[in-house]
Amino acid sequence: MIETGWVDADLEVEFPELRLRWITHEGGSGRTPPEIKERLRKLSDRYTGGKAVHLRQEPIPWAYRVFFRQVGIDPDDHRTPAEQAALDRMKHGSFRSRNLLDDALVIATVETGVPVMALDADKVTPPLGLRLSQEGERLGGEERPLSVRQIVLADPDRSVAVLFGDIAEERGVTPATQRMLLCSVQVKGVPEISVEEALWTVTEVLRTAS
Amino acid sequence: MLKPPPPSVPLVTTGPDERAARRDLLEQIARLESDLAALFCSAYPRGGFDWAVKSRGGGPRVLSLSELERLRDDLAERLHDVRRTLSDRTWVEEQNRRLIEEMMLAPEKHKWVRVGAEDIGERGCKHWHVRPRWGILGMMLNWWRVRISSGCPLAT
Repeated sequence: MIETGWVDADLEVEFPELRLRWITHEGGSGRTPPEIKERLRKLSDRYTGGKAVHLRQEPIPWAYRVFFRQVGIDPDDHRTPAEQAALDRMKHGSFRSRNLLDDALVIATVETGVPVMALDADKVTPPLGLRLSQEGERLGGEERPLSVRQIVLADPDRSVAVLFGDIAEERGVTPATQRMLLCSVQVKGVPEISVEEALWTVTEVLRTAS
Repeated sequence: MLKPPPPSVPLVTTGPDERAARRDLLEQIARLESDLAALFCSAYPRGGFDWAVKSRGGGPRVLSLSELERLRDDLAERLHDVRRTLSDRTWVEEQNRRLIEEMMLAPEKHKWVRVGAEDIGERGCKHWHVRPRWGILGMMLNWWRVRISSGCPLAT
């Protein structure tokens, strides 16, 4: 079942449509089975240069691009996940298969335009939410220091990831992960159904493989 | 006769509510980004444009009002620059298209002139080149024609 996270009041005032949605998946990553590789290959064939160029005019990738601008990120420097996937496709000639989870995330991002990230469900404590970092706060509690008022994804105890950025080392998915939290951030202009579709796509790919 | 000084105005201690201004700025940034995206697609495949609008730094965060204003101004300036450059480029491309037509109609008036696909804002290595028919004989007899290249050489 898809759950909705909390959003800090300061952040909600600035971005009233900002939402965090997540779903738990029982299972980890692993090697990509041939049928998922085939799906990735077919997706590569459908993804042309023209589509990649016009991506920033499509409503959902555009919405994330705008959000990046509004939170001080240059989307031409730090690409939105959908644009980064398109760029990789153009550079390498296809969507490269890496591992089951990464492939599932790429498929969902390319098909829906909505970025999805994964966390180790046993290393974070739901409910998750979005908030601004505090002075002197460190990513994951003990890693690199965060800038003041940086937007972070957090559980009630600590920050677990920078929004659209680094995931705290301890909280990310590793080969030992048994359960995953698949998270997606909804911004203004992105329909709820697209976010849900992205999360279901990842779980469907992971289930197909297992 | 000296007048008594006017009563002092108390200092305003509460900050003004920035929410409306911030909302407007966020909307303006979204509109400018939309215009810039449309312009990017119109300009493609032409290269040589500067699309960069430098980030504010510090990762994803809530920007201050002045940062939002500067970002809005930077985006507007970039949009203006790119529009002007694209307008200049399309004017030159139009002139080159006309030149190709003139070359096709009267090649002898445009000896050795060469126009590439890039000069008319298109991709590829195709080019129109006015050359003499039959080599040196054509040069002496003023027999000129336009040769259209078949495209890019194969990658080695």
